[in-house]
Amino acid sequence: MSWNDYFMPKTLEEAARLLAAHGGRARVIGGGTDYFVDEAHQPAPEALVDVTRIADLRGIWEEEGYVVIGCGVSHAQIVASPLVQAHGAALVEACGQIGGPQVRNVATLAGNIAHALPAADGAIALLALDGEALIAWADGDAVVREWRPLPQLFRGPGQSAIDSTRQVLAALRFPVRAPSEGSAFARVMRPQGVALPIMGLAARVRLRADGAIADIRVTLGPAAPTPFRAQATEAYLRGRMLDALTLREAGEMLLGEAHPRTSPHRATAEYRREVIPVLFQEAMGRALQRAAALEVSA
Amino acid sequence: MTQTTTNGKMTHTASLTFTVNGRPVTVDVRPSAFLAEVLREQLGLTGVKIGCNEAECGICTVLVDGAPVNSCIYPALKANGARVETIEGLARGGQLHPLQQAFIEQGAVQCGFCTPGLIMTAKALLDANPNPSEDDIKHALKDTYCRCTGYVSVIAAIKQAAGQNGHLALPETRPPLNVVGKPLPRPDAVAKVTGAAKYTDDYVFPGMLHACTLRAGIPHARIARIDTSKAKALPGVVAVLTHEDVPGAKNHGLVYADWPVLCYDKVRYVGDAVAIVAAETREIAEQALRLIEVEYEPLPVVDDPVKALAPDAPKVHESGNLLKHIHVEKGDVERGLAEADVIIEGEYETATTEHAFLEPECAIGRVTDDGRVEVYVGSQIPYADRKQIAAALGVPESQVRVIGTLIGGGFGGKEDIAGQIHVALLARATGRPVKMLYRRSESLIFHPKRHAVKFKVKVGAKRDGTFTAMRIELWGDTGAYASLGDKVMTRAATHASGPYEVPHVKIDCYAAYTNNVPAGAFRGFGVTQSCFAIESAIDELAHRLNLDPIEVRRKNALRVGSVTNTGALIRESCGLLTCIEKVADALNDDLAQAQGSWVFRRPDKPNRVYAWGFAAAYKNTGLGGGANDCSTVEVEAFSNGSVEVRTSAAEIGQGLVGVLASIAAEELGLPYERVHVLLSDTDLTPDGGPTTASRQTYVTGNAARLASIKLRQQLAAVAAEMLDAPADALTFCDGQVRAGDRAVSFAEVVQQAHAEGQSTRLSHLYEAPKTQPLGAGGDMHVAFSYAAQAALVEVNELTGEVACLKVISATDVGRAINPLALQGQIDGGIVMCIGNALTEEFIQEKGIPYTDRLARYKMPSIRHTPEIVSFIVEDAAADGPYGAKGVGEISSIPTTPAITNAIYAATGVRVRRLPVDQDWLLRTMKARRQRVNAK
Ligand SMILES: Cc1cc2nc3c(=O)[nH]c(=O)nc-3n(C[C@H](O)[C@H](O)[C@H](O)COP(=O)(O)OP(=O)(O)OC[C@H]3O[C@@H](n4cnc5c(N)ncnc54)[C@H](O)[C@@H]3O)c2cc1C
Ligand code: FES
Ligand code: FES
Repeated sequence: MSWNDYFMPKTLEEAARLLAAHGGRARVIGGGTDYFVDEAHQPAPEALVDVTRIADLRGIWEEEGYVVIGCGVSHAQIVASPLVQAHGAALVEACGQIGGPQVRNVATLAGNIAHALPAADGAIALLALDGEALIAWADGDAVVREWRPLPQLFRGPGQSAIDSTRQVLAALRFPVRAPSEGSAFARVMRPQGVALPIMGLAARVRLRADGAIADIRVTLGPAAPTPFRAQATEAYLRGRMLDALTLREAGEMLLGEAHPRTSPHRATAEYRREVIPVLFQEAMGRALQRAAALEVSA
Repeated sequence: MTQTTTNGKMTHTASLTFTVNGRPVTVDVRPSAFLAEVLREQLGLTGVKIGCNEAECGICTVLVDGAPVNSCIYPALKANGARVETIEGLARGGQLHPLQQAFIEQGAVQCGFCTPGLIMTAKALLDANPNPSEDDIKHALKDTYCRCTGYVSVIAAIKQAAGQNGHLALPETRPPLNVVGKPLPRPDAVAKVTGAAKYTDDYVFPGMLHACTLRAGIPHARIARIDTSKAKALPGVVAVLTHEDVPGAKNHGLVYADWPVLCYDKVRYVGDAVAIVAAETREIAEQALRLIEVEYEPLPVVDDPVKALAPDAPKVHESGNLLKHIHVEKGDVERGLAEADVIIEGEYETATTEHAFLEPECAIGRVTDDGRVEVYVGSQIPYADRKQIAAALGVPESQVRVIGTLIGGGFGGKEDIAGQIHVALLARATGRPVKMLYRRSESLIFHPKRHAVKFKVKVGAKRDGTFTAMRIELWGDTGAYASLGDKVMTRAATHASGPYEVPHVKIDCYAAYTNNVPAGAFRGFGVTQSCFAIESAIDELAHRLNLDPIEVRRKNALRVGSVTNTGALIRESCGLLTCIEKVADALNDDLAQAQGSWVFRRPDKPNRVYAWGFAAAYKNTGLGGGANDCSTVEVEAFSNGSVEVRTSAAEIGQGLVGVLASIAAEELGLPYERVHVLLSDTDLTPDGGPTTASRQTYVTGNAARLASIKLRQQLAAVAAEMLDAPADALTFCDGQVRAGDRAVSFAEVVQQAHAEGQSTRLSHLYEAPKTQPLGAGGDMHVAFSYAAQAALVEVNELTGEVACLKVISATDVGRAINPLALQGQIDGGIVMCIGNALTEEFIQEKGIPYTDRLARYKMPSIRHTPEIVSFIVEDAAADGPYGAKGVGEISSIPTTPAITNAIYAATGVRVRRLPVDQDWLLRTMKARRQRVNAK
């Protein structure tokens, strides 16, 4: 692996222009924890454009009803952020489980999402939070910026709709938490074979005043070629009161619409089907607790 | 950006300015350089260790602006303007940092290769959280691996540094002598906690070249053509060698010379070496590898030892695929089975596992001015290296010098030749020093592993649990080359009926060649595998007969007067029953809290079930089997009153240096610090024999003891004159030689001896008591170590996840020479064996390793560390030094079946294949529930 230049632009414009100047032979890099461990990058890019030092995109802030996370933000920063803790508990739980401290200190949420793996923990959590991504690229002298809903970024396993040789995933955002809303993330790992999670699942619920479910998101992976949103299960649960039976039935619906596969050395489809309801119960349990802990809106 | 030219290759450099350990630094770096490389190679901070280069092992951890990062994948330029801290910056003004001090005192340093990473990760933790809980410690260190300590002492050290009372309670041992029996820190500990300790890759010689190996990449093929011309033409390449350039023996091998130095007719596994390149830089050498053209005619692949023995199986070697058939027989097994009230039959299978020592193999070769070849390497058997290097070069052994460097973990995985011969060849071909460092991915696919073994076990017993017969068959996968496969599988076979007296035994074991990665020595040496099979079968038997599993073992345990399955009479030093009692007593105290039941639940943990399992084990000390097991130690006393002990034996982290220092200090009446131990330089140190079979404390320990006694006797004669007292009335103590109330210092006696023209340097060749080959009856081994363990597991009934929470262990080691080092061996062995049970498998499919990077091999992290309650039993071996026998392997053997037996108790599912896969376990538990419900 070798590249001739390692750029650390200070502005998004500079990053976009560097990419344009290299005409597809430079690549955006975050923490590099995915990129550098994969030995086979042939041909090697001419240059890497590290976007973790862009002054405006190194923090987490609230803006226009959203929590915004810059592309330079590491998992460690997210875990420590009072803002994300308050509004996106699922994301805190997901990012807190990625790697160890050394990886979390440099790996970015943007990198986790740009990599587009169906089991990426950060992506699953952010999907449940109705996340959006700001994509930026140079168009002549101008820099185009566009917010896109998260599902539009994923094409297939490891196939991102973002072309990291021309575009920068500049920031991520999700709506601030509504009252009586809560979210959570749960996963199962396997100590043998591969480090990737066997199954991760995030849930977000908003409760009505009467305790019924006003709205819900259930996302999981790997259950499809891209991080998967269980819309049928969500539809079934919307408007219902949650009791043990409903939860169990929802768990079965979830199995009906998720299509986990057997991945050699990682997990069998059968095992994944066993643990999906377990994770669903676990994540729902915590999400509901969090929702109930907040004032119910009028 | 500047442009510089090295060897015709244009490279950019960029300027990096940062502070390193408080010092401002500016260096020109390659834009694609990572921080570890710049710190190590450009700034000489070789305390930064590299174990994987893939963000897995964490031992390259340095702090960037206070935050721990993996420097192996941290772009150097990203550190521009940052404050970087490495292990070298921790001690201030000669004063060790509290963490460094605590790591030494708690025995948290063994091979030391991980130590800088652990300490730096821990420093970041303590800087942010000065009073961490045990959970906080486990959270922070979860991705910083150590293969030696089992992390118990690491946790204690961090607590100590945080000012908490973290002192390790060492198990009770016999009262110490002056030095022997005392828990002393390792002599090399300070160097290891400060980053000063040098491993092979830390050495740099002027003009040194970098070498790489072209590996076969396919499991079985005939070589049709090798063309190196393009590689040779690449600027910066200095030599490209193939089999044609091997002047001497074309093969090497520790027992059988069946392993090509560079392949000539065929390749037999993916990791086979086909060509080697030396170039100005590593990058150029790697590039050159891609330019070598090799044409292969693929051959059919055999990947399973049973299939390999079928008549029509593809032949790995012309001689056939059976490396060795090992037969053990005692009594008449058919009669014994006929006498049984119950017979248990079962099949078991263990996985190929990987040593995962944290230091990948590295060797440096150079030619000296007088034309000899020097090889620097961290090897477990320096003299065998020398012999094999000389044979391949076609020169006398006296023309080769092997200089042992520190070893970052071995566990049996550094006994075979790795790059030793290759660097010698390249050094001779180029006339320049040559370094060959394996990448982790290369280390994984190249070096011999622990044998995967298939078992068929039949155990017959009376209703009261008394064994009547055992019939056991084993098939071991020894891979493409013999390595130590013959010896390992012999040990697997002779230990296959467990540490029990069984009247009728018949064991047949087949070691077969396949196209898998070779298998050889790995801590436990075959016994780890057989212990799992036999202890599982015995557990089954106990359940079938409704007997207490401990009682069944107690009833049959080897004791003085027993005859082993190879016909050896146990005459002494058999502490197995004591081990069993110690564990049983401690277990009873635990069980009392759970209403006496081995299986229980906790109200605060729904869907979890807890259970205990039990297992016992034994393991031979020394080579045995009729082998000539000897070691030579030289001791020299200097006029300043210090002593040097010299031998070629490997310190692989196990603590041999400390053991030898303790023994010499004891016998010469010197303070421990006054003894220096020099290891493994074939020019300067005599042959201590291989570091294997838990033999060094016993064999080399005895040699050191006897050499020291000889020296003491010689000095006593001198001192007798000086003190005007009979030599046998003198005592050597505290650096003094005394006769009643008169004394002279040890130094003065040495000076006097020199004045009289005497040499104070002498050596002793110790030969272990004679043993008999298998089949001859009599003593096959000089001694056995014994152990019993109970393991507590937690099974998650919803996910199948298994955790080992506690291990109660009792180990008979004859005598604890250094209780601190001993406990380190026990903790490390237990945790390694937890990995063997629950996490570790080197996966290969049709001869192709799937486990080609560390991310695909999960060894225990600090989160797997259970509570360990350890008892030491010291049933002295008459011929061992102070009664000591082997300690290196025994603790790492019974944990696996203790865990799998506990899983059975918890779930009713019998583990027949290792490691326990949670996916399999959950599905099997479910199927079992359905069966039970259907009834
Ligand atoms: C030991 C270890 C453990 C891990 N554990 C987990 C885990 O448990 N769960 C998990 O989900 N992942 C895990 N990972 C994977 C990885 O660390 C994470 O996915 C991480 O979030 C990736 O972020 P990064 O910034 O390091 O990405 P990089 O490696 O920098 O980038 C990844 C990819 O995305 C592109 N990219 C990065 N940033 C941008 C951007 N801003 N705009 C456009 N393209 C971009 C890059 O070109 C590259 O193709 C682990 C990795 C390691 C080494
Ligand atoms: S994590 Fe860097 S060397 Fe292993
Ligand atoms: S001491 Fe930790 S790896 Fe050897």
